[in-house]
Amino acid sequence: MTPIHRLPAGTKLLILAVAGTGLVAVDRWWGMAVALAVTLGLYVLARQPRDRVMAQVRPLLWLLVPLFLVQGYMEAWSLAALTVLRITTLVLLAGLVTLTTRSEAMIEAVEKGLRPLARFGVDPAKVALAFSLALRFIPVIARQSAEIRDAQRARGLGRNPLALALPLIFRTLRTAGEVADAIEARSCVGPDTPDDGPASAP
Amino acid sequence: MTVPETANGETMTTIEVRSVSQRFEDFEALRGIDLVLAERRIGIVGGNGSGKSTFARLLNGLLVPTEGRVFVDGLDTANSGKAVRRKVGFVFQNPDNQIVFPIVEEDVAFGLKGLKLPRAERDARVTEVLGRYGLEKLRGRSVHTLSGGEKQLLALAGALITGPDCVVFDEPTTLLDLRNSRMVDEVIAGLEQTAVVVTHDLDLLRRFDRVLVFDGGRVVADDEPNAALTRYVESMG
Repeated sequence: MTPIHRLPAGTKLLILAVAGTGLVAVDRWWGMAVALAVTLGLYVLARQPRDRVMAQVRPLLWLLVPLFLVQGYMEAWSLAALTVLRITTLVLLAGLVTLTTRSEAMIEAVEKGLRPLARFGVDPAKVALAFSLALRFIPVIARQSAEIRDAQRARGLGRNPLALALPLIFRTLRTAGEVADAIEARSCVGPDTPDDGPASAP
Repeated sequence: MTVPETANGETMTTIEVRSVSQRFEDFEALRGIDLVLAERRIGIVGGNGSGKSTFARLLNGLLVPTEGRVFVDGLDTANSGKAVRRKVGFVFQNPDNQIVFPIVEEDVAFGLKGLKLPRAERDARVTEVLGRYGLEKLRGRSVHTLSGGEKQLLALAGALITGPDCVVFDEPTTLLDLRNSRMVDEVIAGLEQTAVVVTHDLDLLRRFDRVLVFDGGRVVADDEPNAALTRYVESMG
């Protein structure tokens, strides 16, 4: 366990929020390059292999490369470098937090952080559960998306975002209904509350 | 109401289904079902759209009948949902939709969240349940890296951590290959809890105490497995 792994989840999330805000104040590309270098140093400190770093950035390349070219051509290359370095640094920082923090600890931290909002009607436990579900279902929805794309390719359909989006939305909504039932079925211990009736009304 | 006991003194759940019909807008999924379920192993079989999964959802209060009542050990599912679900766990067909946390041990612990147990006690319970189903070595694994069979066992472990007396399974092996399907079958057969299993696996049902055959929203056969399954196979032509 490295010192970064040992840091409490709440502290890491707070540092991420402060650093993310701070990066907006950096207005020189070389300043942002220093921030990126520091972030990469944190990956070394957290003993994360190089391919993990690449895995964080690779999905963004389709966005970063055109952004750099368009902004460089239309505005200035220094501004393009600043923007791309800022996004990369932010993504790597957020990735480092998720790579070095157990999801349960992160969810507990979110729940704890939201507790002061309970007086305004926010239910911290529900928000934390939603957070957990988002983490859990990213790979599930990615797999469903790949299945739909494969099925469409098998039927001779090319890349069509609308043809992918509609069945994916329907499948995701159906999954959401089943997940809600499962959560209801599994949330049965603890003190009874007035809304402990059926999961689905007739 | 008296709760029956097995020969070795374990308590058994009694589920009474009284004049139950279930309607979804214009579609009548179940019609006039009257049953008492008190055996240790009850199988449910039927064609697609016959109403068997709807029936299964009624048994732990996930669904409340549009007509009639369902009682679990005397508790009405219409107004004691949480208490009923404490007694009757549910394992869904697709474990991916039942697993809500990204890491194995975190998911099993989810069912205990409401108890606010000390961490050591919660971990001990999770360890015990994971060990029971051979999942201990997977406790730190990300759930999306598990095989279908491992996911289904994890879903079962998640349902059992709250200590239900009865578990309802809705086609638990439909999405599994033969090896995983047999593994899950063996686990179901060995459960100490009462099990109500919706399945197309006729070999599994032959080992049960009672089998219900559904067709068109009605129970068309309710018998010991061989007689009920003969009727089912004949009806399938």
